[in-house]
Amino acid sequence: MSTLTLANVTREQVEDFMFLEAEMLDEWRLKEWLTLFTMDATYNVPATDVAPNASPDSSLFYVADDRFRLEQRVERLLKRTAHAEFPRSKTRHLVSNVRIRSRSEAELDVGAAVLTFRTKMGLTETYIGSYRYRLVVQDGRLLIHEKRCVLDMDGLKPNGRISIIL
Amino acid sequence: MNAPVDSKPIPLSELPVVWTDKEKHRFKVARRSFVDPEILKTEYETIFNKCWLYIGHESELVKPGDFVTRIVAKRSILFTKDAGGTINAFFNACPHRGAQVCRERKGNAKSFQCFYHGWVFGADGKLKSQPGSDCYPDDFNADGQANLVAVPRIDSYRGFWFICFDAGVQSLPDYLAGAKEWIDIVADQSETMMTLVGGTQEYQIRANWKLLTENSIDGYHAINTHATYVDYLKNSQGSMSPVPFDGTGYDLGNGHAVIEYRAPWGRPVAQWIPLWGEEGKVELEKVHARLVERFGQERADRIAFSNRNMFIFPNLVINDIMAITVRTYYPTAPDAMNVFGWALAPQEENAWARKYRLSNFLEFLGPGGFATPDDVEALEQCQRGFESMLEAPWSDISKGMKKDKVNYDDELQMRAFWTRWQACTKATAAPARGDR
Repeated sequence: MSTLTLANVTREQVEDFMFLEAEMLDEWRLKEWLTLFTMDATYNVPATDVAPNASPDSSLFYVADDRFRLEQRVERLLKRTAHAEFPRSKTRHLVSNVRIRSRSEAELDVGAAVLTFRTKMGLTETYIGSYRYRLVVQDGRLLIHEKRCVLDMDGLKPNGRISIIL
Repeated sequence: MNAPVDSKPIPLSELPVVWTDKEKHRFKVARRSFVDPEILKTEYETIFNKCWLYIGHESELVKPGDFVTRIVAKRSILFTKDAGGTINAFFNACPHRGAQVCRERKGNAKSFQCFYHGWVFGADGKLKSQPGSDCYPDDFNADGQANLVAVPRIDSYRGFWFICFDAGVQSLPDYLAGAKEWIDIVADQSETMMTLVGGTQEYQIRANWKLLTENSIDGYHAINTHATYVDYLKNSQGSMSPVPFDGTGYDLGNGHAVIEYRAPWGRPVAQWIPLWGEEGKVELEKVHARLVERFGQERADRIAFSNRNMFIFPNLVINDIMAITVRTYYPTAPDAMNVFGWALAPQEENAWARKYRLSNFLEFLGPGGFATPDDVEALEQCQRGFESMLEAPWSDISKGMKKDKVNYDDELQMRAFWTRWQACTKATAAPARGDR
């Protein structure tokens, strides 16, 4: 079997990677989930009334984490004092329509659709959106350089919070 | 028991929602006010239909033709700048048959055409044309009856625009009372104009709207509710300056209130933290020096180093903390509200400062921050607690009542809100007999 490179990675391999990521999130394996990211990774969720490719340096987002803040987000979520997620909600990320949109020498631009359900205290909330990933290959492994979740919603209604990772 | 103590018990239906005993330093709020649909109806009649309400910021309407549509107290409002530069607010309902004339959230337009029958209006609200106009008399709109209906009152203070549905309301400056000098402290942070950064945080909380009022100016809950945010600050190398939490709360009149306090987080105007490096230090020293030039040392220090959580009755929050957020919210049901949050910044701020400001904002604020989700959880848990309001009818807001000078983490500012709320609604702790 040949080594995984940006040039030879297939959509199926990208899908497997994204399905694994979704599984880790839904099983609250958040420390392990962090290992899927590069050391300079970012995780972004823009506000619902800005352009999907807006920059968090000049527009208001819901979430704009660099690697450090992403690690802190995970640390926070694993504490009992992260009240919004205590007791922990049950989640299910459904990832679909995965497509390699473009492939450069540096990274893959991947698009997908995502539907995430969060259930807590008898209420189920739905987050509808699309994913844009910039993936790199390091040591024969896919890693996330940027994960962006663009919500196809008019605000967070009735969700009220993004206390889980989308 | 936390019910009012008296020699003979007074029926709840004869007690006001806001019950206070100044001698015993007790301040109670009946939980009926958070759950009863009748109270919500009264709130719309006596508060939202009568008070000045925030509609938007001047930075949203810069060029002639700029417009924003916004729901204010259930009404869809079209907020425009017309060709003459006048700012207007119209009910977004066609005078012909009632359809919403503008269905976009914001933009720039020379005119607005109702898609139903094609009536066209200018940004000044005047009817410009209607298909089949030959079927109407020549003087059809001579008295302006076919123009968009203007909101009865509109006025602004330091870039913050307000509207009122009651033509007889007191002037905006009188209404804002003591809040004006505090709005000044925010507005003075720019030499040109404060501006809303692009992007709206819009969300719904399954809780009564008054819980967000309390929460927005509550210095008491931070240590418990936001324990993980404080952990985060401690974990971030150089994200704290050696400043302890300390400050005071003020009643600003007419139900407005503020807490002002020092805190260890960085402020883009202009409290430096080591995380921002030498470049940041030079930048913030420049910002501070310019404030001293403009306002003198004392006021400059207050602008730069103090934090303010400000509440304008009934539903506007301007929190000048690790970033500035402008927030407004409306009840859609006794146990649900829609919240709109924006980030406010000096227009002339450089890209470096803007980036750190937005980063600071998201650390704490908004539905994806490290703090607000826990506030949302707290409010929703309160609302669940109120299900036992028949047996556990009272909330307590008396912290600090016995003191001459209150601290920022006392509850004076909430008492200012509730006292005004009671004066408006005259609601009782239980429905009068026969109401049920």
